Formats: sequence, structure tokens, C-alpha cells
Amino acid sequence: MENNNIFAKTHLVTPQEPPAITTDNLQVYYGDNHAMHDASLSFPEHQITALIGASGSGKSTYLRSLNRMNDDLATVKGKIMYHGIDINASDVNVYEIRRHIGMVFQLPNPFAKSIRENLTFALKAYGIKKKSELDERVETSLKEAALWDEVKDNLNRSALSLSGGQAQRLCIARSLAIKPDVLLLDEPASALDPISTAKIEATLLKLVKKYTIIIVTHNMQQASRISKYTAFFHLGHVLEFDTTSHIFQEPQVPVTRDYVLGNFG
Amino acid sequence: MSSQQSNRVATIVINIMVAFVVLILIFLLGDILITGLPHVTLHLLTSPSQSFAAGGGIRDQLFNSFYLLVLTLLISFPLSLGAAIYLAEYAANNWLTSLIRTSIEVLSSLPSVVVGLFGYLLFVIQFKFGFSILSGAIALTFFNLPLLIRSIEGSLHAVPRSQHEAGISLGLSNWKTIKGIILPAALPGILTGIILSAGRVFGEAAALIYTAGESAPIVSYTNWNPLDSNSFLNPMRPAETLAVHIWKLNTEGVTPDAVSISAGASAVLVIVLLIFNLSARAIGNHLYQKGSGHK
Repeated sequence: MENNNIFAKTHLVTPQEPPAITTDNLQVYYGDNHAMHDASLSFPEHQITALIGASGSGKSTYLRSLNRMNDDLATVKGKIMYHGIDINASDVNVYEIRRHIGMVFQLPNPFAKSIRENLTFALKAYGIKKKSELDERVETSLKEAALWDEVKDNLNRSALSLSGGQAQRLCIARSLAIKPDVLLLDEPASALDPISTAKIEATLLKLVKKYTIIIVTHNMQQASRISKYTAFFHLGHVLEFDTTSHIFQEPQVPVTRDYVLGNFG
Repeated sequence: MSSQQSNRVATIVINIMVAFVVLILIFLLGDILITGLPHVTLHLLTSPSQSFAAGGGIRDQLFNSFYLLVLTLLISFPLSLGAAIYLAEYAANNWLTSLIRTSIEVLSSLPSVVVGLFGYLLFVIQFKFGFSILSGAIALTFFNLPLLIRSIEGSLHAVPRSQHEAGISLGLSNWKTIKGIILPAALPGILTGIILSAGRVFGEAAALIYTAGESAPIVSYTNWNPLDSNSFLNPMRPAETLAVHIWKLNTEGVTPDAVSISAGASAVLVIVLLIFNLSARAIGNHLYQKGSGHK
């Protein structure tokens, strides 16, 4: 019974800013395993929101549901509202959704192609053929991801020759090249060294002027450095959602307090 | 025995086993090449074979082997590619998939004589293809399918799942992701698999005796119309391959120089197989380095 009680106390605020995405009673099942219970959150536009919690808390599962990356792996119930449309509905074009809601993964996963082709592959698939437009998108997105100066001399180099940090910024640029509106990042810096991590964080702080960013992170310092809002996940439940300063300085839920103090996780 | 001692004994035993395997290989290759190479002359490679008189060559058999290989790959590669893509990317983990996998395993362990006799009954007799390159190519396709499917599927599986996710997350469809990202990344492995399977097809004899036949009719190498009966490209003509010719020379060959022709032909066969294997490695390495940018 003790175990059930810890989920009873939650503290979830609704941000003042207009939302980019909201979820309403989102539930995720892997077969019979109920991995995410009743997540109702609202992500404000042009802000960074961090999702924190221990391993297995459901934060990545939740994030991946937002652009339907869990379609083949899990059953996702509930509503995901984006510009007034429920994008979790079965008749929605998932390919279209993913063009608006991009994703960057934990391990850098550049394609085994040149740097340029990594950025233009999807654009060409969408039917953009003009070289001038492709070149413009390549340059803009590489600049946005703070990678342009390091690679501009040889864009035909294989992307697999980049360092881990560069490869991850290329993956960010690849997502930006298709001009999304929301960027989902699943622990994008957890495999990187501190200097590369700092570069990614600086990049995200610049990007937030144009994009809405939702980032899963294990690193609480990272969450407090870059995010305006933070959601705390615990064993498949969202227990607390508030401004980052509130979460770290005066958490309302005891489990959140224990986590941010480093007592578990 | 202390752990150092047992380690030393194990290492010695393993080294002896490896040496044994390598020695067998060197002995076989050495024997074939040393006995055969002196007989490999321009005359051997450019003359038609003789049934009774001495001085025949292996020109037509060599060509037939390559032609049969090309036709076999033309039929078996698209089929294997489709099946491998299905198994690697689409197939659900259920009884149907495991039935397909088991069937492929069984197909790969069929004795080639059985494949040949089956081809004889179905294609040569029932479908009235006669002893022909086409019958042989279809029989060899049966033979080649499991090998190719497994090697292509393995190459596709070796592409990390994260590549697939990256493609999907950019709003690309499953098929676009497979075609544009997974297949190019798997290409070095796929090519290596094709070349290695080509080696097996090239050396196959038993499945061909009853399908492509044991005769090498005189054909015209200047007639490029595959529908003409005397054209070298006609797929409906019987075609003795190099491996079948070696078998025939050693079982029913009556030419006085059967032994030396057989030795020369064997050396040629082994050299072609070596070229296949070495080029498979070279092409695989080259493409891998090109793709990963480590030059």
C-alpha cells in the first residue's frame, strides 16, 4: 500500500506561456506492462523543458511517444495535442508529424554518408531538388547547430569521421534542416565528454529562440543549467511539473525532493 | 595442473588444430596448382573441347560457367534481396517467420544431387526446357537462395537499429529509410555475400549434370541474338560447365590427354575461385572505408 501512496501526491502546474504540445492522460503499454500512467503535461513554446527521473522512470518512453516513435513498439493511449490536433489519433499522418516534431537520440547516429548528404537526404525525399535551396539549408542548419565552422571546408567528408560531439551536433543539424517546430532530445549529451556537452548546451540555449525543446536528461545540473521547466518522472508516473527553479529549490513532492537531493536514482 | 599449465596445453592443442587445417588447405591447393598450372596454356583456354582426339581445350566450358553464373545471379539476387529485406526489416516474430527460416535452412542443407534431379524432373522434363542453361540456372538458384538470403539478411542486421530510427524520425517512410539508408550502409556486406556465393555456384557440378547437361555444342561467339540456336547467348542450349567437364573427364573421358586437361581445368577453376574470394574481400574493405571515411 505504501507503494501506491507515493503516486497519490503530485504537483503539476500549467505554464502561463502558450503551449506547443500538451498531453492529456497519456498512457503507454509495452504488451501488458503499463510503462506510463496518466501523463498530463503542457510544454510551453520556445522554452526548454527537461524531463528528469531515474532509469526506468518512463521519461524516454514518454518523450518517444510525442512524435509517435513508439508506434511499432508500444500502445500509446490518450491525447497529444499539437496546434489543436490530436496527433495520437490513428488517422493522423505520422510522417508529417515527425517533420514538425524532430528527434535527437542518445547515441549520435549520423548516416554512413557525407556530411552534406546527411542533411539533404530527407529534404530530397520531400522533393526539394534545387541546389541553391539545399545548400542554403545545409549552411543554415549547420550554423544553428554550431558545427559550420568546423566542417565548412569539406562537406563531402564522411559523417562517420566526425568526433562524438561533432556527430551529435550533426544529428541536431539534421533534425533542424527539415525545419521542425519542436525538437525532442533523448539524453543527447550522455555519451559525450564535458566540453562537447557544454557545446551542445550552448547550442540548445540559442535554438530555444526559434524552437520548442523537450530534453530527457540524467544530469540534474544540466537540467538546472538550461531548462525553464522540469518534469519529474518516477516509476511510470509524472509526480511533479513546475519551473526548474521550483523543482530544484522547493520541490513539493517528497519523492522529487529525495531525487534532486541525490538520495536515489 | 595449474592454470598456467592448462592454458599452455590448451594453446598448443589449438595451434596444432589450426596448423592441421592450414596444412590440408595448402596440400590441396598446392597439389592442384602444381599438377595443373603446367597444362594451363593459351591453347587450353581458347580451344573447344574434343571428345575423342587429343588437344582439346576448355574455351566453351569456361564461358558456360560464367554465363550460367550471371544468369543464376540475375534470377537469385532479386529474390534473395526481397526475401532478406522482408526477414530483416518487416517480418514479425511469429510462427510464419520461423517457418520461413526453417524452410530456408532445409533448402540450404539439400544435397546438390537432389536439387539436380528435382530440376531434371521439373524443368528439363515437365516444363520441357530440356538440358539447358535456363534449367541449370534455376536449379542453381535453389542452391544459391539460402546462402544469399542469409548473407544479405546478416548484412542488413549489422546496420545499427539507430540508423533506422534516425530515418523514421526525419519523417521518412519505412521503405524510404530502408532503401536510402539501410541498404547503402549494408552494401559492402551484400556485395561480399554475392561474390562468395558466386564462388560456390561456379564450382558446382552435381546439380548441373542433370539440368544444364554434359555437352558443349559448338556455338558462335559472334552471334549476339540470344534467340538463335547457335548463339553463345542462347539460354535454351545445353551447356557443360568447367566443373562438370572435370567430372566427365575423370569418369568417362576417352581422350588420351584427359588427365592433363582435367588437371589444367582444375587449376583454372581454383584460380577463378581464389579471384572471387580475394576480390570479395578487397571490394568489401574498399567500400567500407569509403563509407566510413577512414582512408
